[in-house]
Amino acid sequence: MTLIRHTLYMTLRHLRELWRQPWFVAVTLVQPVIWLLLFGALFKRVIEIPGFHSHSYIAFLAPGVVVMTAMFNAAWSGMALIDDLNRGVTARFLVSPVRREALIAGRILKEGVVVLIQSLIIVALALIDGASFPGGVGGVAVLFAVSALLGSTFGALSNGFALIMRQEEALIGATQFILLPLTFLSSTFLAANLIPRWMQHVADFNPVNWAVVAGRTATSASPDWGLAASRAGFLAVLLMVCLAFATNAFRSYQRSV
Amino acid sequence: METAIQAESLVKTYPKGVTALDGLSFAVAPGSVFALLGPNGAGKSTAVKILTTLTTPDAGHATVAGIDVLAQPDAVRRTIGVVAQGSGVDIQATGRENLRLQGQIHGIRGRALEERAQELLERFGLADAADRVARGYSGGMQRRLDIAMALVHDPAVLFLDEPTTGLDPEVRADMWSEIGVLARERGKTVLLTTHYLEEADQLAERVAIVDRGQVVAEGTPDALKRELRGDAIHVDLERESNGRVTSALAALDAVRDVTVEGRVLRARADDGGRAVPLVLQALEAGGVAVSSVRVARPSLDDVYLKYTGRTFDAAEAESDHS
Repeated sequence: MTLIRHTLYMTLRHLRELWRQPWFVAVTLVQPVIWLLLFGALFKRVIEIPGFHSHSYIAFLAPGVVVMTAMFNAAWSGMALIDDLNRGVTARFLVSPVRREALIAGRILKEGVVVLIQSLIIVALALIDGASFPGGVGGVAVLFAVSALLGSTFGALSNGFALIMRQEEALIGATQFILLPLTFLSSTFLAANLIPRWMQHVADFNPVNWAVVAGRTATSASPDWGLAASRAGFLAVLLMVCLAFATNAFRSYQRSV
Repeated sequence: METAIQAESLVKTYPKGVTALDGLSFAVAPGSVFALLGPNGAGKSTAVKILTTLTTPDAGHATVAGIDVLAQPDAVRRTIGVVAQGSGVDIQATGRENLRLQGQIHGIRGRALEERAQELLERFGLADAADRVARGYSGGMQRRLDIAMALVHDPAVLFLDEPTTGLDPEVRADMWSEIGVLARERGKTVLLTTHYLEEADQLAERVAIVDRGQVVAEGTPDALKRELRGDAIHVDLERESNGRVTSALAALDAVRDVTVEGRVLRARADDGGRAVPLVLQALEAGGVAVSSVRVARPSLDDVYLKYTGRTFDAAEAESDHS
């Protein structure tokens, strides 16, 4: 009960912070639109490749962009934590009875709210563009759920590393280093059967691909629920590990002060 | 509860082998103001971090309000208010929002929370700025908000780590009177760390002088000064002339504890007024040129010098260079 309450307080704090930066909000909302339209136009004709079983590239791409947006947003979550560390705000919380988990969960939930809004925009835009999601509302809900799992995982990792590195430059470097490779080592942009074989093998172990695969099958005409459930399961386990890591990282921080 | 704060043989070494605390011990009586006085790097802040559960010692034992800080950190956190050395204000939130969040964390809600926030905003002169984002607050306002935030839940023990560092002298004087009021209020225990001698002298009922991670002397400011019998004599020399001064004054019975640091000569005398002419005579005979002389009642600076073998300024400069 205390944990839920503390998490709520922290989430509201971060949402309020965001609300006070209207420009940032605007950019955040426009960003995924650009991804969708840009990549949609760039790769429009890849559906003509033999073996690409999709009638519309936007419909194929949209679940990928939803997942990618969740990851790209959440992966920067730790930057604000470093700011809090430098300003003594975190230290102040740590000498109060606030639950440590809430300090991490509040940040992740704030990203969750942002990502949910972005995802709704992406799906709406894809629908306007003529794409259809035969999986229906249920399918889209599953897509949102797996991207939330992936986003939370990256949010937890980012905050954990923020507590260990405590330096913006180091965190930026690490984040830049992993984001794009993880995106391209997946079937986000191209059907799995068309990417090089070695990449397919790597993608099998890539959490980004788990989310994309699960989200895409859930929104398709004939969802493979077994596949979606197994990938969601992998993501849930990974999330638990990363949350434990982030909460424990407070101890590493506290040893160093 | 016999003591509000008890630190026993605290040891803390940071990576790279920097020893911050080397067996630090002291005890604070409930309802009193206690100061840890020492130059930067003496270990005061580390002691506060351990007592407020922010970090843990390598060895030693500590209790706050009778609660073991290592065994029950959460119980300690509910009992204490902390104003850390840097600010802990969320500058993206308003003063009121900062206070509200602190209150909520301590389980205060609804109308009680709103009333408490308003009361503190008024008391610390922040009522007009209450709904402005704290980013625009002056240093003094942020500091007052910091203290207000530490008081939301009416803690029994309050920690103030260098509360006036970085403030203008005028703001500092205001802060002193505020801390004085706090201390007299409802038996709150206040632990204050400072590297300002006047601050400890003015505010604290008892002072522990901390040097290199240990308490080297402890007592009331008056008792500490009284231990230095007689007056302090400060002589400013025209130029540095270490060896000559010592030999010139060696035969003089009227003064003792002679130390020279740069161009300042310090000595102690039972009767400063009688000793000064003798000192000047001896120095002149020894060929040491004097630019000015002062006789003063002992200050905490003299106490510090006696127990650590160096002046406060020298210790500060040393820690700046290290």
